[in-house]
Amino acid sequence: MIRLLAARLVQIAVTLALLSFAMFLLIGLMPGDPIDLALAGDPRLTAEDAARMRALHGLDQPLATRYLAWSGAVLRGEVGYSRLFAQPVAQIIGPALLSTLVLLGAAVAVSALVGLSLGALAAMRPRFAPFADAVAILGQSAPSFWLGILLIIVFAVTLGWLPAGGSAEEGGLAALPYLVLPVATLALANLAGYARHSAAELTQVLQAPWITAARARGAPEGRILVHHAAPNAAVPVLQVAALDAGSLVGGALITETLFARPGMGKLIYDAVMGNDTNLALVALLLVALVTMLATLAADLAQRALDPRLA
Amino acid sequence: MRLRLGLLLLGLLAAGGIAAPWVAAWLGQDPFAPDLFNRFAPASPANPLGTDDLGRDVLLRLLQGARVSLAVGLATALAATLLGTAIGLLAAWRGGLVDALLMRLADGMLALPALPVLVVLAAADTGRIGLPRGEPTSDILRIVAILSVFGWVGVARLARAAALSVLARDYVRAARALGAGEARVLARHVLPNIAGPVAIAAALTVAGAILAESTLSFLGLGIAPPAASWGNMLANAQDLVFSAPWVAVWPGLAILAAVAGCTLVADGLRR
Repeated sequence: MIRLLAARLVQIAVTLALLSFAMFLLIGLMPGDPIDLALAGDPRLTAEDAARMRALHGLDQPLATRYLAWSGAVLRGEVGYSRLFAQPVAQIIGPALLSTLVLLGAAVAVSALVGLSLGALAAMRPRFAPFADAVAILGQSAPSFWLGILLIIVFAVTLGWLPAGGSAEEGGLAALPYLVLPVATLALANLAGYARHSAAELTQVLQAPWITAARARGAPEGRILVHHAAPNAAVPVLQVAALDAGSLVGGALITETLFARPGMGKLIYDAVMGNDTNLALVALLLVALVTMLATLAADLAQRALDPRLA
Repeated sequence: MRLRLGLLLLGLLAAGGIAAPWVAAWLGQDPFAPDLFNRFAPASPANPLGTDDLGRDVLLRLLQGARVSLAVGLATALAATLLGTAIGLLAAWRGGLVDALLMRLADGMLALPALPVLVVLAAADTGRIGLPRGEPTSDILRIVAILSVFGWVGVARLARAAALSVLARDYVRAARALGAGEARVLARHVLPNIAGPVAIAAALTVAGAILAESTLSFLGLGIAPPAASWGNMLANAQDLVFSAPWVAVWPGLAILAAVAGCTLVADGLRR
């Protein structure tokens, strides 16, 4: 367990280092450095001013030197400023990460609940299996931005029950209506994995000899499902949860952009669109780190549940 | 059954894409020319699915979008399958350090949130390496290139697992004992026997690529207008939810049909 943990943490660190280097190079290729933008904003700046500012900010240095300086600063915990929001990056990222984690947590809960119920229904009552299958394939295949737009049209425009986007001024219950449509969008796209895998696993487990033995002892079907079948089917399903972490974060980028919800996904999108290199990089690396830690946590939980894997 | 249904869906979309110029000629409309006097026209014989916010025929743009989306999906799957099969074979055949390095790389890429990385990749300025932005062909090439960066991973993992089990079979040992070279063993004995899993991975890659392309185009980072893509047809649908909600329906259904088609094909191949 300890060795696995250490190996995985090293792997995460290496992945982050490679990713940050690749992205730094690429963003270096993006149009417009900050000085170009300053030039466009202020026509009185001369070529000498631009050269002086480039030297001042180190933008005249080669890309490798700039990368080393930047990564050194990030490792020391200095993540710098956002050009787009004119604030320290650390101050912007805190609330955004919290908002995204709330969104993702709710979406995982809803999609696991609905997906596992569908899977259990398909396994216990085989005549409903095609229905669960169809829901899963449709949920998997529909682009989530389109689902989101349809939900907005139905529930915000036509029925007027829920806000079409944005976020509440204050927290607590007032924030709940703003959460419903984004969570529904994410959960619809995400429940397919849970439904398909739990149906497959449960169907297989329900044919095991100990299930027959439990039935022979007269255990009710509900008890068999919860006590005998579910724990055995849980491990592969956790694997799905771990594998889906990345696509879930991708879904957060879409839903946050679509519903104008401040969060990490929208932050990355806005930073990329607004040429805010530093914010885009720091946010991307943080999101990658959180995703990989979530995957690791799901893997560890899997091993804790199944002693054969440890 | 699943395989047939999937192939039918994809075949219909492909036929629509191929027929796009003839349908345009038959209707006498240009899918790219704006007609501001004819915005948001309802369905009529001249515009079977109505017109969009610039007065362009929705059906013709859907058919043009089929060309772009299917081209991106198939080209990405081709590139990812070639690259992924080569990497998977290499890892299984060499084993040891090469295998460990390649598979740790694959694990690392699999754990990354792909879409945020793709958004950053898609925003990079390809103009500096001589690929102008905004032209349909170079946009398609750019999207295919960045989608292949992630696309090979799934193929490589499946190809490696299949190749490992094939390489341990007796007929491979027999071929080696008969003096067959390693290249011949890989090409004649391993490759044909891992074609099944690779085909499944390729079908899933097409589905993923079509979804990713439409998402990037929706976000304004993929295929740029006036070229039509199902994703960019939806890009302003969000602003029109109050005035013209029906604009959002068709492109999404097209994406759904294409991706579900690929998923069904992959499912059908698996059985």
